[in-house]
Amino acid sequence: MDLTDNRPNPDDLLASMKEDEEKSKRGKLKIFFGMCAGVGKTYTMLEAAKIEKVKGADIVIGYVETHNRKETAALVEGFELIARKKYLYKSTHVEEMDLDTIISRKPQIVLVDELAHTNAPGSRHLKRYQDVQEILDSGINVYTTVNVQHLESRSEVVAQITGIIVRETLPDDVFESADEVEVVDLTPDELLQRLSEGKVYAPERSKEAVLNFFRKGNITALREMALRIVADRVDKQLHDYMQLKRIRGPWKSGVHLLVAVSYTTQSSRLLRWAKNLSDTMGGNLQAIYVETAHDLTDKERENLDKNINLAKQLGIRFRIVTNSDIVKAIVDFAQKENITHIIIGKPRVRNLLTLFRLGNFVNRLIRYSGNIDVYILGSDMLADDKFRQKASMPSFTSSINQYLAATVMITITAAIFFLLKEFVGYQIVSFALLFMVSILAFFFGRGPILLAATLSSLIWDFFFIPPPYTLHVEKPEDMLMLAMFFIIALLNGVLTSRVRAQEQKIRVREERTHAFYQLAKGLSATSGIDDVLSLAVKDIRKYFKIECAFILRDKANQLENHIRHETTLNFSENELSIAEWTFRHSTKAGKYTDTLPSGNYTFYPLKGNNDNMGVIAVQHSKVFTQGEEQFWEGFLPQISGKIEREFLRDAARNSYILSESDKLYKTLFNSISHELRIPVATILGASDALIDQDYSRESRKMLHEEINKAAIRLNRLIENLLNMSRLDSGRLTPRIDWCDLHDLINKVTQSLSEELNHFDVDIVLPDDMPLVQLDFGLMEQVIHNLLLNASQLAPEGSSLRVKIFYDNGFLFIQVMDRGPGFSVSDLPMVFNKFYRGELAVAGGTGLGLSIVKGIVEAHKGTITAENRTNGGALFTIKIPTNTSDMMNIDAENKI
Amino acid sequence: MNEKELILIVDDEVQIRRLLEITLSSNGYKVLSAATGHEGISQAASHPPVLIILDLGLPDTDGFVILKKLREWYLKPIIILSVRSSEDDIIKALDNGANDYLTKPFRTGELLARIRVAIRQNQGNSDNPRFLFESLEIDLISHIARKNSEILKLTSTEFSLLALFAKNEGRVLTHHYILKEVWGMGYMEQTQYLRVFVAQLRKKIEDNPAKPKLLITESGIGYRFGS
Repeated sequence: MDLTDNRPNPDDLLASMKEDEEKSKRGKLKIFFGMCAGVGKTYTMLEAAKIEKVKGADIVIGYVETHNRKETAALVEGFELIARKKYLYKSTHVEEMDLDTIISRKPQIVLVDELAHTNAPGSRHLKRYQDVQEILDSGINVYTTVNVQHLESRSEVVAQITGIIVRETLPDDVFESADEVEVVDLTPDELLQRLSEGKVYAPERSKEAVLNFFRKGNITALREMALRIVADRVDKQLHDYMQLKRIRGPWKSGVHLLVAVSYTTQSSRLLRWAKNLSDTMGGNLQAIYVETAHDLTDKERENLDKNINLAKQLGIRFRIVTNSDIVKAIVDFAQKENITHIIIGKPRVRNLLTLFRLGNFVNRLIRYSGNIDVYILGSDMLADDKFRQKASMPSFTSSINQYLAATVMITITAAIFFLLKEFVGYQIVSFALLFMVSILAFFFGRGPILLAATLSSLIWDFFFIPPPYTLHVEKPEDMLMLAMFFIIALLNGVLTSRVRAQEQKIRVREERTHAFYQLAKGLSATSGIDDVLSLAVKDIRKYFKIECAFILRDKANQLENHIRHETTLNFSENELSIAEWTFRHSTKAGKYTDTLPSGNYTFYPLKGNNDNMGVIAVQHSKVFTQGEEQFWEGFLPQISGKIEREFLRDAARNSYILSESDKLYKTLFNSISHELRIPVATILGASDALIDQDYSRESRKMLHEEINKAAIRLNRLIENLLNMSRLDSGRLTPRIDWCDLHDLINKVTQSLSEELNHFDVDIVLPDDMPLVQLDFGLMEQVIHNLLLNASQLAPEGSSLRVKIFYDNGFLFIQVMDRGPGFSVSDLPMVFNKFYRGELAVAGGTGLGLSIVKGIVEAHKGTITAENRTNGGALFTIKIPTNTSDMMNIDAENKI
Repeated sequence: MNEKELILIVDDEVQIRRLLEITLSSNGYKVLSAATGHEGISQAASHPPVLIILDLGLPDTDGFVILKKLREWYLKPIIILSVRSSEDDIIKALDNGANDYLTKPFRTGELLARIRVAIRQNQGNSDNPRFLFESLEIDLISHIARKNSEILKLTSTEFSLLALFAKNEGRVLTHHYILKEVWGMGYMEQTQYLRVFVAQLRKKIEDNPAKPKLLITESGIGYRFGS
């Protein structure tokens, strides 16, 4: 044996450490475990609680049933009692544990009796253990009681021993997840003694109870079972401990069991048995279902779903694979997963054919499985019979129409050849009919094909094979041909329909793979939460044929009170609280689930890597089949992962903006304080002078002009700052409208007429320039800023040129001067806020060009700056825009 | 002008009020001022002014509300004087009955000119079918426009447009308003028509269409006609 086998597996260790960590945040679950009612579990629980209370723990009673036992009732006295919640169910009042009050009361320990209890309809959860899970999740420790007969994996055995079917069952993994299990044990004699003394039930009830349940044999068997379970648990704990502490010990060399499950009710027994076996062997257990071409009836599907749910409850990992060959699928899987033991059930032998098949199945499994052990579990006749009665009917799944059509087609074919009988002879008819049967097999199910095959052979025999109009066949070769005809027709039909069904299954798989691919592709090409959501909604509608709605969380980790995409779903208060619950507990809830099944929708959490991104509400018309559920569970993480990435990206962007704006703030401060002070100083100085002293008329005029200039400068600074802040905050959305560029340029040159006076201004703008869609005011500012900039930098008398043209969907605006251009270090920074070139003139704010850039980008355009070959600066703006030909409008209106 | 014309200023800023009071009274107007919207309305009712200068950012009520209330009965010019400079605000004010709109900071010369135009337009005889703007002459009755005494060849749409401008001399007309008046309700978003016709009209009526003096573009808002 390989040495490494004995060493603790690091992954397992990590898992167990993680589990510990997880557990420490949760509350601890302590179970008081007994063989049956009356052994004193509740009493022991209360005693234990009392000890803790003396030590100072904060303990409340969530739900305790005293069964009118005096000693128990006396113990309850000392504890704070959380009042039970009352529900009205079919005009009777029922009382249940008040889950919300307990959680908001947040004691250290809460006592909750009878963990396997089923809640009254209308409660949040179907089962009390789900309530308890929620209490544990909120960090509260729970003491509770369980009887052995309530354990899911033992319920069947208990039913066999006592003859009583237990309905209130507890999933095994809940029991196994308990942090502590304390056995409350009593010898059978003592229990019977207590019973007869009326200490367990009130005297009038005890007789009946004793007769039905409390037989010494029963009690002994239950006791053995309870003790063994706890012993196994201790064993497992020892094993875990050794693994944790790296103690080499009686290491079980990786027992991996695989149980093959079918769609029969028998499989539930098989699962339980396999679970017990794997527990005893200390191995790990998986279950497999092989999907074949066989079309499941509704009943069979329901059974399969039940089996899968049972497996989940028993904590068994369930896998579904598709393959027409069950044996091969099981063995392949087993080899891939290093399975050491395969467990299968022995189906009931109904007839020779199934006997043959079974033999074949078992033989092949044994032959192919090599060194893997194979266990075959005997069948339970009773269960199988029940199943057969129900299941045999719906095997005729094809509709009546198909039968009719098959009959008609065969009859018509036969009729045609009956007329042609004289010319073609009777033998060729068989081929025609055979042909017809094969064709039908492409479209119809197995039943109609069987009918068609039988019918055609009868018709051929009766009408065509001599002697006609009798079923009698004269020649032996005809007899042989008839027999062959029948078999070929049958085989042909059945094989074709089987291939078809298999093909359909594969097609479904393929469609799903394709859907995953499409979704992944679509999501990666999308950005922005809103677009992601609408894509997801569209894809879900397409592939699942259901309506859905995403409710996302906001920054404060609350669910948003609006839905970001269009939806037909409406949520009531109640449904919103289900959404909230789903979000908080990362567990699906609502319709078709065990939690809050009252709403119209099913809610699934959108689990991200760390947190939930929100929930998705789904409007089912029927519950997902197992295959769909798997598909769905593969689909959702892709969407929630993408949403998480989008959230993260937003957060990253926000923090970037924050740090940027911090930097900006400092620059702004430095720049502004300078830029503001200069004009303010001028205004103050000049106005002081005007108020205080008598100046000559000449000087007074000059002072006034200085004040005026300073004010204009201040105003320009403020305008620039305001524009910048509008651009930055994204509040500036261009008002796109048709613009006459001639008008626009004229406006700018007129308003800058003074500044441009000393330049040779050259406007290159075609006369037939079409109208373009822009924000007139903003674009005016762009050209204004660029020209103003140029006029400040370029030497007087030099040429300034504005060139505007339209090319292939883009408007180009170029502004050129013969100024100093840009230095190499300036070039990448010219559009930065508050950046002032090395040669900038005094009085600028360093905002002009960044405003230009902001406006151009708000138009979805680009702007570049470069040096001209013969000196000077060149700005090129490129904006995508529509055009409208002036001439067209002209013609239109002259009519 | 027998009596001094009364102008009401509704503005909450003392400095602006004082500045306006000084400039307006030294230009021959009588001035009344109010610091809140309600005070403004009651002042306007008790002493009907020839013109109201209204600020939009008032402490008690939104200026737009005051504008609407005034326009229920007050038919004389209202000029908006506000720090709000967005095109949306300006258009909204004009569409709600303001005659003109100036943003703060403003040049007093400009304000005085606008006041004069508004008052003149309001007092002018609205029945007068003949208009004269420098060398441009418009006769609404005979449907004729002359430039330097030469008859202009105008299409009927061009003439309707010119007539509309002439009747609203000095006043800013928003794109929507012009389109509605000349082309009809269904054309209110078809600004491309307006652009084309304004360009054509300028070629015919302006001395230099590249430097229009009569038909002025108010960026993003509309047009103003008049010298």
